[in-house]
Amino acid sequence: MPHYLLTVVQPGDGTPPPPEVLEPIMRDTDAVHRAMVDAGCWVFGGGLHPPAAATTLRPKDGEVLLVDGPFAEAKEHVGGFSVIDVPDLDAALDWGRRLVAATTLPIEVRPFHDGSGTP
Amino acid sequence: MTPELVEAVFREAYGRAVAVLTRLLGDIGSAEEAVQDAFVVALQRWPADGVPPAPAGWIVTTARNRAIDLMRREATRDDRHRQAARLAEPDPPPEEGAVRDDRLRMLFTCCHPALALPARVALTLRLVGGLTTAEIAHAFGVPEATMAQRLVRAKGKIRDARIPYRVPTEADLPDRLPGVLAVVSLVFTEGHTASSGSGLVRPDLCAEAIRLGRQLVELMPDEPEALGLLALMLLTEARRPARVSATGDLVPLTEQDRSRWDAALIAEGQDLVRRCLRRNAPGAYQVQAAIQAVHDDAATAADTDWRQVVVLYDHLLTLAPSPVVALNRAVAVAEVDGPAAGLAALEGVELPRSHLLPAVRADLLRRLGRTGEALDAYAAALDLTGNASERAFLERRRDELSAAHRSAQA
Repeated sequence: MPHYLLTVVQPGDGTPPPPEVLEPIMRDTDAVHRAMVDAGCWVFGGGLHPPAAATTLRPKDGEVLLVDGPFAEAKEHVGGFSVIDVPDLDAALDWGRRLVAATTLPIEVRPFHDGSGTP
Repeated sequence: MTPELVEAVFREAYGRAVAVLTRLLGDIGSAEEAVQDAFVVALQRWPADGVPPAPAGWIVTTARNRAIDLMRREATRDDRHRQAARLAEPDPPPEEGAVRDDRLRMLFTCCHPALALPARVALTLRLVGGLTTAEIAHAFGVPEATMAQRLVRAKGKIRDARIPYRVPTEADLPDRLPGVLAVVSLVFTEGHTASSGSGLVRPDLCAEAIRLGRQLVELMPDEPEALGLLALMLLTEARRPARVSATGDLVPLTEQDRSRWDAALIAEGQDLVRRCLRRNAPGAYQVQAAIQAVHDDAATAADTDWRQVVVLYDHLLTLAPSPVVALNRAVAVAEVDGPAAGLAALEGVELPRSHLLPAVRADLLRRLGRTGEALDAYAAALDLTGNASERAFLERRRDELSAAHRSAQA
């Protein structure tokens, strides 16, 4: 079945909200992930450290250049993601809706190329 | 066999054939290629053999055979062979019910909410309406290459993101149907008040929207809002002959020559309004159609049952509140209780960037004799309209008023 990447679009620099805000969000998001596992469509996923923890590798004159930070400075960044295995876009969008409700953040739903990601 | 006949048959057959072939081939692009191949064969054979008794069915069968040929020729993999074998299995000619299901699938795929609205409109006109890319580009005043790219991109998304080719379940239908109706409504509105260009209406787009509306009713005869939308379009279209003067100017409803209204369209529209209201599941399109039915029912502007119009707008405000509805309600209130009441009903209505609000205010202020304020409102309205016919109308009104104002002061 086709795979979809559900990306959590996180605003700001990744500084987490205060615990009383974050705690219910994490609980709800975990519940959606467990539901994905129970439904048998969860492939992989998780939450990411803020972009400040990123290292970017760039090709340069046949060498690889290391840059401290994310690949692009942006108002929004990838806060986390889930890869799911569902029959079609409608099914992927249904999971996306549940993640929007849980995270209170925008979710990008994007299809993988056919056959990619399966070695 | 005239070119016009071929064009009409092709346009009618295109949507049906592509819908059936998309289910068989699993891909819109391959389906379109197969159908276009079938059209080429038709152009070779029909002049000599005559048009077959069921041209659309002939196109479907021919397209399917072409698809099988193509797959066998290109078959390098087993699954291609299997697919060709499956297609080649003896199959009775598609039944009308099955074709209808395929056309519904195509309609909901084209109007999927994951596609941007302009893409939905273009896809629906192409794959359901059977218009050519050039015709759609012309209707929306964009270069053909732009429209072609929009269609390619949208079909690419359907394929890559796997937008499903199916009719939504009963549970999802209430969420999905409004999107389908909105696409048809948008085509009609664009035709009825062209947002650009010199002509006030684009009759070809209105006709296309009504044709799509008839298809919706044929495909979903039990949806009162589909009936309501068709009725609304017919009752509005009926007034088109009187809506633009010989010089191309907009003629407001109250000043139209009602003998030029299309009586047959009005009768059909009013019959539809009665039919859907009997179902007692009112929706925004049905109520708007009912409002137009009240207008079309009046032999003269003075005979209009404005009280009924106000009641219907009150209903519409609860179903689909919007500043435009509030504005139209205020116009009706002015007819029942006078321009001062109409002006009061405009309080709190905000419609930035549209000429409609200042245009209505200008008219009400003019009728109240508040000439200076009326002239300011006409100026504000003129600043905001891009349609040449509407500009001409507003300028005429403003000039009449300022001439009367000057002679009164002289």
